[in-house]
Amino acid sequence: MKLLRKNGLRATALGALAVSGALVLTACGSDDNSGGSGSGSASAGTGASASAAGSADCGKGSGNLLASGSTAQQNAMDQWVKNFTQSCSGIQINYKGIGSGAGVQQFLQGQTAFAGSDSALKPEQIAQSKKMCTGGQAIDLPMVGGPISVVYNVPGVDNLTLDAKTMAQIFNSKITKWNDPAIAKLNPGAKLPSTAIQPFHRSDDSGTTDNFTKYLIAAAGSDWPYSGGQTWQAKGGQSAQGSANVTAQVKQTTGAIGYTELSYANASKLSTVALDTGAAQPVKISSDAASKAIADAKVVGTNGDLALKINYTTKADGAWPITLVTNEIVCDKGNKQATLDATKSFLTYIASADAQKQITSLGYAPLPENIASQVRTAIKSLS
Amino acid sequence: MDMTQTADAPPPSPPQPSAKPETEVRERPALRAGDRLFLGLSGGSGILLLVLMAAIAGFLSYRAVNAISQDHGNFFTTFEWNTDTTPPVFGIAVLAFGTIVSSIIAMAVAVPVSIGIALFITHYAHRRIASPLAYVVDLLAAVPSIVYGLWGALFLVPHMNGLDLWLDRYFGWTYVFDQSTPGSAARSLFTVSILLAIMIVPIITNVSREVFRQVPRAHQEAALALGATRWEVVRLSVLPFARSGIISASMLGLGRALGETMAVATVLSSSSVLSLHLLDPEGGTFAQNIASHFGEATNFGRDALIAGGLVLFVITLIVNGAARLIIARRKEYSGANA
Repeated sequence: MKLLRKNGLRATALGALAVSGALVLTACGSDDNSGGSGSGSASAGTGASASAAGSADCGKGSGNLLASGSTAQQNAMDQWVKNFTQSCSGIQINYKGIGSGAGVQQFLQGQTAFAGSDSALKPEQIAQSKKMCTGGQAIDLPMVGGPISVVYNVPGVDNLTLDAKTMAQIFNSKITKWNDPAIAKLNPGAKLPSTAIQPFHRSDDSGTTDNFTKYLIAAAGSDWPYSGGQTWQAKGGQSAQGSANVTAQVKQTTGAIGYTELSYANASKLSTVALDTGAAQPVKISSDAASKAIADAKVVGTNGDLALKINYTTKADGAWPITLVTNEIVCDKGNKQATLDATKSFLTYIASADAQKQITSLGYAPLPENIASQVRTAIKSLS
Repeated sequence: MDMTQTADAPPPSPPQPSAKPETEVRERPALRAGDRLFLGLSGGSGILLLVLMAAIAGFLSYRAVNAISQDHGNFFTTFEWNTDTTPPVFGIAVLAFGTIVSSIIAMAVAVPVSIGIALFITHYAHRRIASPLAYVVDLLAAVPSIVYGLWGALFLVPHMNGLDLWLDRYFGWTYVFDQSTPGSAARSLFTVSILLAIMIVPIITNVSREVFRQVPRAHQEAALALGATRWEVVRLSVLPFARSGIISASMLGLGRALGETMAVATVLSSSSVLSLHLLDPEGGTFAQNIASHFGEATNFGRDALIAGGLVLFVITLIVNGAARLIIARRKEYSGANA
């Protein structure tokens, strides 16, 4: 009996030891993320040869590039990284789509070489970046254009045209039936049912929401009485988590309308709204149409920052103004020496006309030449 | 007694045979070292737990205070959650309501069902049915919550529409079951509650089953000897004995329901509307709110989310504390001491 009890005691003690050991281990495990960043170039060596089969210029860059941020440009990045590392095997690039906010955060903490972000840097973020970019500051480089489509599910209606005001009233639950006179006026001849409109929006914070509501604010005026931002503010309608879920909900709900990136609309074969912008013809969404709108954008960043302001009220023929431009964020001066060369050659590659054209099939809009050339010049002067 | 005295007393009494006391003396310190080690380990683990709790609470409070101090709404009564805007306006009213209501409904559905399953397994079913059934329940507990979420969004939601319409038609007068727009998708707090109930049934069932197995055979046989039917045995001997165990089991389930994140975020059509119409696609919960906003949150937005997390932490503490009080008070009557 005594023996038994002693063994039991010992087993318990071992158990306790194991548990506390595990706890200690977990405690230590928390800070391993920073290890691989920045100066990880030593191990990769000088494998970056001049083999350059593709169009990418690998330069002297080598090593491990860490980047993170916007999920909106994840697919474009994946494509580019695949192509780029084929010709420049000495550079490994790891882009994590963790959200723009978190990406900028990691960049400002010096954990990544560049960040992808749906929105331009805020003044306080630029101020904060001066600590990290010695002698310089963080700048926005517009890189990936993302057309945002308005998708709907109304059986029997194949072509639907809306203007900004009607769209604002639909998403603000002011227009509630598909056969509302305002919609009928824009669609003469269409057989509009009396079904209730079920507007869908994103439940999570997102750059898509931000840009869609920016358009409504600029183009719909008093019909969209909200201040905008990444959080959806209007009342009414239903929400869903992420673009995929919004698309799925619109697909399975009769009378639904929602906004989502063009790639999701294409993949799910949903009908998209044509936009009456005031141009001669209602504008149909496409990568080209979005590029035309980006060409009409103004650079509003200062001191080398190329942050764009889309002209949401553009009346240019065939320009689709509901377009998101996601930026890459780097230091203009004071980038980490270890990753500078690799960063420059990768950014130069993705800003090239060739690379920009490759992402069109993924539902993105290539940068128009007037913007792209400014971006390339800015990349050249990075130090 | 003699032995201990000789062991404790120093050398002075010489004539004793040397071998015996020596072994005694040698054995004692060995035991004491083990005792001390064990005391250190178990005590250390206990203290580590307290330190962890204090660290979590401290971290949450520190970040939360920063956010709340800049909140231009009332943190407890504001409905919307806008941390991006200047000035930021956010509050937890909708989240607290959604979290508590969905958990209460989930408990109301899950606890009776779980007790039923556990009783069936331990007292009614033939062994050949009971052990596979217990195994299946265990399996349910191991399904990841995102899988429940996908199942909820793709299967449960479309199939809840009929029930919603029925509730709306016959129980619409209760206000709670009135749908503002009859036929809108069942992506509501009510559907979330049902999903949560399904998720916590396995936990509550497992623990209650173990408790029911502990009921002394003698109690049940005594009841049978007095002429009790099987239901009366359950009512008179099993349930009273297991009461505090059932409460503990329910608290474990409630903990999961309160903190469930992905399943809720996938199913619920969240909004900043505090709606007592439980069938409307409105509302939100703390955990869902964090999941929805964390990815794109700025530093300040994170602090605000952490403030929300702190409130959930406090609610969980209060609920657990209340449960402990109930168990402590009921212990004397439970028959557990008999």
